[in-house]
Amino acid sequence: MAVIAEPIAIKPVSRFRFILDRREVLETILVAPAILYVLLLVGLPLLLAIYYSLSAYTIYDPTWKFVGLTNFEQIVDNPTFIQTLTNTFIFTFGSQLLGLVLGKFGAFVLLRPFAGRKIVRALIILPFAVPVALATIAWRWLFDSLYSVINWTLIALGLMERADVPNWLGTPWLAMLCIVIINAWRFFPFAIVIFLAGITAVPQDIIDAATVDGAGFWRRNYQIIMPMILPIVAIGLIFGIVFTFTDLSIVFLLTNGGPVGATSVLGFAGFQTGIVSGDVSHGAAISLFMLPVLLVVVVLMLRFIRRREI
Amino acid sequence: MPRTLNKVIGEALFFLAVAFFVILAAFPFYWMLITAFKPNSDLYNVTNVPFWFNEWPTLDHVEYLFSQTLFARWLLNSLIIGVCVVAITLVTAIPAGYALARMKSRKGEALGIGIFLTYLVPPTLLFLPLSRIIADLGLQNSLWSLVLVYPTFTIPFCSWLLMGFFKALPVEIEEAAIVDGCSLFGAFIKMAIPLSVPAILTVVIFTFTLTLQEFVYALTFVSSSDQKPITLGVTTDLVRGDVFFWGELMAGALIAAVPVAIAYNLFLDRFISGITGGAVK
Repeated sequence: MAVIAEPIAIKPVSRFRFILDRREVLETILVAPAILYVLLLVGLPLLLAIYYSLSAYTIYDPTWKFVGLTNFEQIVDNPTFIQTLTNTFIFTFGSQLLGLVLGKFGAFVLLRPFAGRKIVRALIILPFAVPVALATIAWRWLFDSLYSVINWTLIALGLMERADVPNWLGTPWLAMLCIVIINAWRFFPFAIVIFLAGITAVPQDIIDAATVDGAGFWRRNYQIIMPMILPIVAIGLIFGIVFTFTDLSIVFLLTNGGPVGATSVLGFAGFQTGIVSGDVSHGAAISLFMLPVLLVVVVLMLRFIRRREI
Repeated sequence: MPRTLNKVIGEALFFLAVAFFVILAAFPFYWMLITAFKPNSDLYNVTNVPFWFNEWPTLDHVEYLFSQTLFARWLLNSLIIGVCVVAITLVTAIPAGYALARMKSRKGEALGIGIFLTYLVPPTLLFLPLSRIIADLGLQNSLWSLVLVYPTFTIPFCSWLLMGFFKALPVEIEEAAIVDGCSLFGAFIKMAIPLSVPAILTVVIFTFTLTLQEFVYALTFVSSSDQKPITLGVTTDLVRGDVFFWGELMAGALIAAVPVAIAYNLFLDRFISGITGGAVK
């Protein structure tokens, strides 16, 4: 800290320095590059996406003809799209619910100190740390139609015959279950860490006071701790919802939307239509169905950030 | 006596729960590891017990990756992308985080939250217009497109993280420097930055892991094999037609995953406090 006390040589003052010494000017200059970058490469594309969805733009016919809501009408009329939308909701809320339940129990287990807790925590965090694309490939191998280790175990335990083992990724509802499970698996470590961060931040004296007042284990848990950590959990959940609702990689790498579109989700459908088939306007319109959900989530997020107590 | 019995049962249940979570989380990675080193004759024999090596482990798959595929090139591509994105992120996010933290009034916080919220705008909403922008810039099918696009999510996240850090840094240190004749900008460069090296290190690691984890933009913008980053190369190039080369796939995934997993574990707590917004307090 001695450095700080050393006098710094006074240099001749230029006009330029004067401007930089005005706090607001300097702050604006410092923050400008980041904001410009984000405006140019997030804000502008977002507006462009909205415009695409209202135009007849394809990569083969790059006209900017305005067609109003026609694209949206055509999409909604398509029964496959309704399936895609339903899938997206099942995928998002199914996996988040499962992830939360696992996360709550996991946090409960990890709360208690025991030998090797650090290693256990490092192992449990793996699904969230490892790039999801790589983990999904590992799961694809676990669910392989012929060499699935899950099926091997079922057979070895005598629960099933080789003839009637499930074809995980080839049966529509099983494939759907698989993507839900993989996403829940990916997010539960995140939920654990969020719960742990919340619970350890609850002041011990509040818990002690409740105990003295006669609150038992369940009351302490559900009437004291849960309400207090709710804002933090909500923020974590919001992240989970956003990243799941808009996800493409799990479905793309595990089932490629199949069998016959049974696991298609919004992000995947937008990719297939807009990039693979080159129908940019319809692709953009499909992706824009994410926007209402994102807006709701953002509003909730702002409220929880303000209301946070711990 | 029933008391000790209860305690023993309790302990057993507890460690059973621990084991359940560890197996649930880590089994796919164990499976990756074991597949990567199993010879094919062992791998594709359904009568073998799959959980352990029935024949001697082999390095064939790893060797194949480095000699017959562009695996080394993908690693290099990811390194180039990572380093460039880290540089762009540091140059923009450090000043931004600092300015946001030091802004008087609620403007700073509002602006900070605004930047952070752009982190939530998903790639699957932006990839269509961005691919057009990238084509206009002549970057299609090149790893430089990813260098351009990845800062759109690293800058918001890192500005937010750094804002939280700079807020915790006592402003008196900079004020003292200013009294000693330092300019406002000088106080930022000579005082605030050197004191925030740990936070900057966190940002470097996170930016790097975020670039390694990204998949959607890479899939959309890059289709030439020699331009792919590691995650995309492993997951799309090692599958020929409909044939999956599981040994090579798992070896590649393992090599790509290990560094990210280690980095993540080291910096997890900071990441969480960043995400839950320890920053605004």
